[in-house]
Amino acid sequence: MKKILLIAAKDLRLAFRDRAAIILMLAAPFLLTLGMALVTGRLASPGGQSSGLSNIPVLIINRDGESLGNALVETLQSAELDELLDAQVVEDEEAARRAVDEDQVAGLVIIPPGFTQSVIPEQAAIIDMAAEPVKLQFYANPARPNSSAIIETILREFISRVEEGRVMGMVSVFQMLTSGVVSPAEAQAYGDEMRQLFQSAQEEDLSVFEEAGTLNLKVIGAPEQESVRFDVMAYMAPGMALLFLMFTVTYGGRSFLAERRQRTLQRMLTSPTALPQVLAGKMLGTYLTGVMQLLILIGGSSLLFNLRWGDFWGVLALILLATFAATGWGLLITAFARTPGQVSTYGSAIMLVFGIMGGSFIDLSMLPDFVRLVSRITPNAWALDGFTILGLGGGLSDLTRPLLGLFALGCVLFILAVLRFSRRRDLVQ
Amino acid sequence: MSAILQVNNLVKRYGDLTAVKGISFEVQEGEIFSLLGPNGAGKTTTISVLSTLFPPSEGDALIAGNSVVRQPYAVRQTIGIVPQEIALYEDLTARENLHFWGQLYGLGGRELKQRCEEVLEQTGLQEKANQRVKTFSGGMKRRLNIGVGLLHRPRLLFMDEPTVGIDPQSRRAILDTVKDLNRRAGMTILYTTHYMEEAQELSHRVGIIDHGEMIAIGTQAELVRMVGKAETLVLQFGEDQSVAGIIPHLQRMPGVQQVIAENHSLQVLVNDAEEILPAVIQTCTAENLKVRTIQIQEPNLEAVFLQLTGRALRD
Repeated sequence: MKKILLIAAKDLRLAFRDRAAIILMLAAPFLLTLGMALVTGRLASPGGQSSGLSNIPVLIINRDGESLGNALVETLQSAELDELLDAQVVEDEEAARRAVDEDQVAGLVIIPPGFTQSVIPEQAAIIDMAAEPVKLQFYANPARPNSSAIIETILREFISRVEEGRVMGMVSVFQMLTSGVVSPAEAQAYGDEMRQLFQSAQEEDLSVFEEAGTLNLKVIGAPEQESVRFDVMAYMAPGMALLFLMFTVTYGGRSFLAERRQRTLQRMLTSPTALPQVLAGKMLGTYLTGVMQLLILIGGSSLLFNLRWGDFWGVLALILLATFAATGWGLLITAFARTPGQVSTYGSAIMLVFGIMGGSFIDLSMLPDFVRLVSRITPNAWALDGFTILGLGGGLSDLTRPLLGLFALGCVLFILAVLRFSRRRDLVQ
Repeated sequence: MSAILQVNNLVKRYGDLTAVKGISFEVQEGEIFSLLGPNGAGKTTTISVLSTLFPPSEGDALIAGNSVVRQPYAVRQTIGIVPQEIALYEDLTARENLHFWGQLYGLGGRELKQRCEEVLEQTGLQEKANQRVKTFSGGMKRRLNIGVGLLHRPRLLFMDEPTVGIDPQSRRAILDTVKDLNRRAGMTILYTTHYMEEAQELSHRVGIIDHGEMIAIGTQAELVRMVGKAETLVLQFGEDQSVAGIIPHLQRMPGVQQVIAENHSLQVLVNDAEEILPAVIQTCTAENLKVRTIQIQEPNLEAVFLQLTGRALRD
C-alpha cells in the first residue's frame, strides 16, 4: 500500500507542476465559466460582490426615522430576504448615489423625512384627502436591470400594503363621520386609536405585512420563485468542471504510457515493485488529481462567482463518485491506446462528445430521448443530475440515483480496463 | 571469487525475431564485466531479462542464487539498474527523484535522507539538488540517472550504455565513477557498451556479443591473443573518393586477414603492418586513391571483433 500511495503522490505532484495540464484542468474551465457568466449577466461586480439573483447589494438611507421608515428598513434586512438582498443602511446620500453610479450596488432606497407622518398623521382627524403621501425614492442601477426590478417589486409591495392600511383607516373614519356614528370630536379619538394600533403592529411584529400577503418573494408568484432561487451558474459551472475532469483522467492515462516511453515505468518494474502496485498507484494518482481538480474548481467558483453548490456532503459524494467514474473512462482509453498521443486524441474526442451528450453544453432535456438514454454512459450526465438536485435545494439523501449510477459506471469501466490491461503484453516490452 | 551472476542458455524471442540466442556466461562478485557489441547485438535485451523486466523465452539466470524466472522479487532487491535512457521525472528536482526511487527500493527515514545526500555528493549534483531535472544538461541527467541506480547499494549493478550521447567530460566522469564504485565499494558491475575503449579501460573481463550470440569471453589479454599479433591499418581517404573498388585487390594481398570499408576509410587487419604498408599504398595509388592519413593500431578488442565478425564495432 505504501508504494501505491508513493506513486499516487508522485503523480499528483507532477500533474500540478505541469503548466499545460494546469491550464486545461483549472484555467480553462474557470475561463469558460467566466465567459458564460458574462453572457448570462451572472457575474460579480468590479468590486467582486455579487450582482446576481442572490445577495443583491442595496443601500438604504432612512431620513424618516419613525415607525414606517424603520419597518421598511427591517423588512429589507429581514431574515426572509437575507438570501436575496444584502441591504445596508448608510447616511451619506452623495456617496451612496456614487456607489450606484459606479455599479457597486444595485440600487439606493431613500426613505424621506416625514414618510410615516404622511401616511399616519399625528392629527388623524385632519386628513387632507387630496394630499399625496411623501414619496419613497428608489435610485436604481440601470446596469443591473434584473436586480433593480427585484428591489422595486419589494418596495412596491411594501407601499401597496401601507396604502391599503392608510386608505382603509381613512375610509372607516370618514364613513363613521358621515353616518353620524361618531361626532367630529370623537373622530379624533378613533383616529388616534387606529394610528396607535397600526404603529404598534409594525413595531412589535412585521407579521402584519407577512400575513397580509408577505413582503418576501412569494408574492411575486410561485412559478418565478424557482427561477430566482436556482442559479443558472449552478448548472454551468459543474458542466464545465465535469467536461475538463475528462481531460484530467485522460491526462492520467497519458502519463502511464508516457512513463513507459520515458522508461520510468520499466525502472519501477525493476525495483521491488509489482506491476499491479504500479497500476494501482497510477490509478489512484489519476483519481486524486481529478478530485483535487473538482475541489479547486468548486471552491474557486464559490469564491469568484459566489456560487452555492448546495449541501456539502452531497457535493463531496458527487465529486468522489464522478471522479471514480471518469477515472474508469480514462483507464479504459489508456488500456486500448498504444501511445500517449493516441490517449490524447481519443481522450479529447471523448471529452467533447461526453460534454455534449452529458449536458455540459446543452440542457439534456432539449435532446432526443435516445440521446438522453445513451448519455447515461457519461459521468457528466449522472453528475450533472446530482448537481442540479443540489442546486435546487436537495441534499445527500436525494442523490441516491446519480450516485448509484456513477458508482456502477465506474465499476464496469474499471473491470473492463483491468481485463484489457491483463491481456496486454506490450506494456513493458 | 564466486559467481554472483550465472546466465544459462538464455533465449529471448519477440515473435519471429530471436534477440538473444542462448547465451551463457558468469560474472564474478567484485568484477566489472563488459558486454561489448554493436547496436542491436542483444545487449539491452539481455540486461532487461536479467533485471526481471520480462522473462526469458528459454533458459534462466541466477543472481546471488535467485532465479530471474522464479524469484524475480528477490532478484530485484539485489540489483540496481542504470538504463540506457534517462529514466527520471523531469518535473521533479534531483532530490525529489532520489527520494522517490529510494523509497521504491525500500529505503526510508534517516537512511533515505543520508543516501540521497551521499549520492548527490557522489554525482556532483549537490548544488543542483533542488532544481528540476528538466533544467539539467545531458551530462548532469546521466549522472543522476546513475545515482538512482546506486541509492540502495545494490550488490550487482547493471549499466546499459550509460555514456551514450554525452560530452567527453561527462563521459570521463562516468567512467571514473564506475571504476570508483568497483574499487572502493566493491560493487559488481555488468556494463554494456559498443565503445571498445570503454570496455578496455573498465573491464576485468569482456563478453563480445553479436546478433544475440556470445562470440567470445575472456580478459582483454585472452581475447587479443585470439587474433595473434594481428595489427590494424586504418587508411583515411578524401571525401570525394570511393573505396569500394580497392577492397578485392587488398583482400588478395598476402598477409591481409580482413578488409572493412567504412565511409571514406578502410580498416585492414594484417599480420605485420610495417612489412605490408608499402604494398598497400602502392595498390591505392594504382587505383587512383590518395591516402590522407595512415594509422597502425596494436591488437585490441576492435581487431578481435573485426576478425570474429568481419565487421567493425560501429556497423
